[in-house]
Amino acid sequence: MGNVLTIIAQRLMLGLLTLLIVSVVIFAAVNALPGDFAQTVLGQGATPEAVAAIRQDLGLDRSPIQRYFDWLGDALRGDLGTSFAQANFASYTGTNSGATTVAAQIGPRFANTMFLAMVTATIAVPVSIILGVLAALYRNTVFDRAANIFTLSSISSPEFFLAYILILLLAVLNPLLPPLSNIYDGMAFSERLEKSLLPALTLTLVVTAHMMRMTRAAIINLLASPYIEMARLKGLSPARVIVKHALPNALAPIINVVALNLAYLITGVVVVEVVFVYPGIGQLFVDSVKIRDIPVVQACCLIFATAYILLNLTADIMSILSNPRLRHPK
Amino acid sequence: MTKTSNEPLVKIRGLKLEGRSDEVWNPIINGVDLNLMPGEVLGLIGESGAGKSTLGLAAMGFTRDGVRISEGSVEFDGIDLLTASAAVKRGLLGKRIAYVAQSAAASFNPAHRLMDQHVEGPVQHDVMGTAESTEDGIELYRKLRLPNPDEIGFRYPHQVSGGQLQRAMTAMAMSCRPDLIIFDEPTTALDVTTQIEVLASIRDIVEQFNTAAIYITHDLAVVAQMADRIKVLLKGDEVETADTRTMLTAPTQDYTKSLWAVRSFERPQKPAIASGSVPVVSVQNVDAAYGTVPVLHDVSFDMHKGRTVAVVGESGSGKSTTARCITGLLPPASGQIMLDGVALPADYRKRSKDQLQQVQMIYQMADTALNPRMCVGDIIARPVQFYGGLRGADKRKRVDELLEQIELDPAEYYGRLPSELSGGQKQRIGIARALAAEPKFIICDEVTSALDQLVAEGILRLLARLQDELSLTYMFITHDLATVKAIADEVVVMKDGRVVEQGLKNDMFQPPHHPYTDLLLSSVPEMDPDWLTNLLAERGVDNIGDAAVGKMA
Amino acid sequence: MILWIAAALVGMAIIAFSFRYAGQVATSQSPYFRDMPFGVAYGYILGVACVIWLIWAYLQALSSDPAIANKYFFLRVAVEGFVLFAAVAWLFRLLGRTVGTAWSKHLFRSMPLTASFGILIIILYAIVSIFAGALAPYGQAEILPGVAANIIPGGDPNLGGNPDFPLGTDQIGRDIMSRLIYGAQNTVGIAFVTTLIAFFVGGSLGFLAATLGGWLDQILSRAVDVLMAIPSLIFALLLMTIASVWAPRLGIPLTVFMVLIIAVIDSTRVFRLARAVGQNIVVMDYIEAAKLRGEGLGYLVFKEILPNATAPLLAEFGLRFCFVFLMIAALSFLGVGIQPPLADWGTMVRDLSAFVNYAQFAPLAAVTPLLAAGAIALLTVAVNFVVDWMLQKTSGLKE
Repeated sequence: MGNVLTIIAQRLMLGLLTLLIVSVVIFAAVNALPGDFAQTVLGQGATPEAVAAIRQDLGLDRSPIQRYFDWLGDALRGDLGTSFAQANFASYTGTNSGATTVAAQIGPRFANTMFLAMVTATIAVPVSIILGVLAALYRNTVFDRAANIFTLSSISSPEFFLAYILILLLAVLNPLLPPLSNIYDGMAFSERLEKSLLPALTLTLVVTAHMMRMTRAAIINLLASPYIEMARLKGLSPARVIVKHALPNALAPIINVVALNLAYLITGVVVVEVVFVYPGIGQLFVDSVKIRDIPVVQACCLIFATAYILLNLTADIMSILSNPRLRHPK
Repeated sequence: MTKTSNEPLVKIRGLKLEGRSDEVWNPIINGVDLNLMPGEVLGLIGESGAGKSTLGLAAMGFTRDGVRISEGSVEFDGIDLLTASAAVKRGLLGKRIAYVAQSAAASFNPAHRLMDQHVEGPVQHDVMGTAESTEDGIELYRKLRLPNPDEIGFRYPHQVSGGQLQRAMTAMAMSCRPDLIIFDEPTTALDVTTQIEVLASIRDIVEQFNTAAIYITHDLAVVAQMADRIKVLLKGDEVETADTRTMLTAPTQDYTKSLWAVRSFERPQKPAIASGSVPVVSVQNVDAAYGTVPVLHDVSFDMHKGRTVAVVGESGSGKSTTARCITGLLPPASGQIMLDGVALPADYRKRSKDQLQQVQMIYQMADTALNPRMCVGDIIARPVQFYGGLRGADKRKRVDELLEQIELDPAEYYGRLPSELSGGQKQRIGIARALAAEPKFIICDEVTSALDQLVAEGILRLLARLQDELSLTYMFITHDLATVKAIADEVVVMKDGRVVEQGLKNDMFQPPHHPYTDLLLSSVPEMDPDWLTNLLAERGVDNIGDAAVGKMA
Repeated sequence: MILWIAAALVGMAIIAFSFRYAGQVATSQSPYFRDMPFGVAYGYILGVACVIWLIWAYLQALSSDPAIANKYFFLRVAVEGFVLFAAVAWLFRLLGRTVGTAWSKHLFRSMPLTASFGILIIILYAIVSIFAGALAPYGQAEILPGVAANIIPGGDPNLGGNPDFPLGTDQIGRDIMSRLIYGAQNTVGIAFVTTLIAFFVGGSLGFLAATLGGWLDQILSRAVDVLMAIPSLIFALLLMTIASVWAPRLGIPLTVFMVLIIAVIDSTRVFRLARAVGQNIVVMDYIEAAKLRGEGLGYLVFKEILPNATAPLLAEFGLRFCFVFLMIAALSFLGVGIQPPLADWGTMVRDLSAFVNYAQFAPLAAVTPLLAAGAIALLTVAVNFVVDWMLQKTSGLKE
């Protein structure tokens, strides 16, 4: 086990290092803005005194390196800074609590997004793994070909296309689900679930297609290995060949597929949230981009990147753990 | 059971198999008959592409994806395997018919312990319980002379060496005491010294349990030790079948005779080198390492003009690494390489064009040695132009000359792509490319080991002729002692990155020699069917294979 | 509802069992039915049930009662569209098999219908985007005076359409068909250029890293690792924010920044692939032979490595193009991509999306907003079909 632990420790360190460098990249990108924040916020007509006051208030008069470490230190404590344009967001959060910190804005929306991602994963992961394994077992049959066309089409379609088609079919023509996801705090779980179902289904379509194709490829690859042929030649039943011989070895690739696609969800969530007006972090991000609310953009970026890196790291570590060669060293 | 009856255990009649490539079904086996009596061992030999593995699997009623049985019948103990239901076939496979695959490392499931995989068959077929089968497995491991039989089964496949895995797989095949075992090239991937151990234990256990077997291999000497009867296949057709001794002494068909004759090619030993002459290439006290792992320790030997030096050793002995040091791909940690008495820069990038030109290389895998997107003419023309500076018609003329030298018709082969050539032809193009540089010294890295024996012999004869015509110096890397006998003038034996012994070929094949050389030489199977029996009687079962190597260390 | 579904599933299980049994008896135990697992039989029945439902729903769409017909209108469009596309693709393949060189005939002979459909669509898009100026009846930014917003396609006045504008006009009175045609030119053209840049940058650096190895490879690979650790759409949005501040100051259109930003982000993926492909080739003995011959870097890359990397690179080009195309569409949809007055599909979807809700009353009203989105999907589906076929072909040849 010692061997595995060192490898995992190494991966963790590497992940942390990547995260640190990513934070530098994000910080540097934002600092590549011309002029300075204060001027941008106040516009051209601002008096020099006001600009200087804001500069000092936001700490813009210090060196970039010092500001980076201040920002990073604050971010680690959960303080993501002060939003430039809080007023613009009052209507979205629904609560005019006067929360001016980025953290206060992101907090509830982050929870909403996590909820959406979880609903999606709960539907998508089992469905796609089962379909993927079936497609691999019955490859080159009508089922496999139809699944291939269907998944390719849904991967290739932009998320908003799928979203509008679902709205059209399930909300407008057959009013089964609400077309907009106006979620607020203190909503009952079932109502919240109902309102999140359409965006979750849209994401499911995209992610399932990806996951199913990757699962299929992984299983086909596995079924071609000599030890599967050996198991068949030992006269084992097809079910036993799959359960006992294929699945233990398929675990690593499948975990990898799942983690990679959950990471993919992060990108997909942005567009889908905008379509359904779902009050998640993705929509906040897009709105902040449009009005150039830099601290929010920065914070959202950092959160998305962290989630992405963490998921990839999980995939890495899980596949190390499920590898018998590493688990049982010589 | 049926072991005493006179009915054949396996009866194949007019079997035809087809394989699919590019949506077209091509024949693999065109109508083969086969009888196998209970307890009999049938050797199935042929070159690659002869369809022997496909036939072996078909004898179990099994075809791989993309292969189908188009005609004929396969009967096992009176049961027609081609019409039997899947359930009936599953009941036979593993229980009464077992399979031992070529690559044990790939055929054991990496996720389960050896013993779990061993007992799976008996338990699933209701032959034995888990405990009983585990006991039996340990007993079989002991019979197969595996080290630590009591605990080796509780390891994972990747924790066990290749030769041991192959024996563990034989034990697994034996677990239900089947009537028939198909051995599909079980020793091809192993080193000679390991191979002999596996051969001895397989033969022993098959005899003990009176199991019938089909032994598939391309190695005549191996099949001579194992089989009662031999069937020779050529491109899906049966050439002839006879019992082993008759087949070895009096083959009737031309193809069989030519196979047998391969081993007779042997060049006469050239006279010793005059002392004081400057060697073409001299390896002097070379140490080398991959990263921090040392691979070569103080390797020194000389290669003289017009001579062939065979460097012999098993995988991991450092023979290819030595070649990489000579070509400059792996600069040695210490020591030097001399060309005509002048030290070469260690790194090939620092060598002059002239120095690079003098040292050429021919590779083992002709497939990866030729750019698949370049036609034969361009492949050979490049060094002609690069070193000789020839262009246009002169270049073309030189390429045609080279093609004629390697016995390929320029008009026909100039424009072909490597994928349109056979394995032997590809290897010839590799030779022509080396010759095109007009070098003094050529490294031949296992040039014949990927080829069928007849083709390999053609390549050896070609190399020998070219050497005499152009007074080339060869460094011949090989693990095959038959090749050494055929072409070498001097031999260097390597083991674990050290030169164990070196000298003239004739001296090497005469005792006394270093114990490792001795083991290596004695492990090479001979065409004599009694060879293994005699060897075991002479040396004892503990003095062959890895056990003997272990004693030496 | 759930009970009904459960009952249907159990019912199908029973039918499946009797189907298999009937098959066994009818064919007197032929191996096919005898060895058929229950799951396969069930799959057949499930498939048949789906087909029956589809036919039933299609007949519903033809119903004279508009309330019912409207509900199934889009299913009808989908079924008819699918049949039409399949027929056209089949005809196109037939054409390809009889016309052209021996090589192209051979290519079409082994081609699946999906791939020939893909090729046909790609050709159509290429024609439309190149000759957009000649094909479009109006200018892309031309606001037609006195024309009211009318999004009913078909131009049938009985249904409320305007025969002058076959696909209708948008909120501020621009011809939607012209904008769609110009959108092909803008969206496809920009995506193509972006992919080309990404390939040039990523591909050359990737091959360089694979051939030279050493510290250059290390630095480039680590840098790419870091860039790839940020989700691409998020990174693009971040950089677009910054670019949107710079663009007016420098007087460079924002679209140029977008092209560069997406190209850089995408070149990391190309780099990964080119490096992996390059490394597979670099370990080949013929590369070693060329190195030992003393060949220079240029010869190695252009004569020995590149010719062997064309197949995977071409497939990757298709995939990358789809990715870039979708990313541009997404950015435009979010309002930070291609800027007005240029017509572009992503922006059109956003502008017209509100009309989807009118479909309740007139299904045709939802067609126009979906047209632009559908146009995006159609091209990426087509490219993916072709790439899928290419990948299968090359991997099949290896066996």
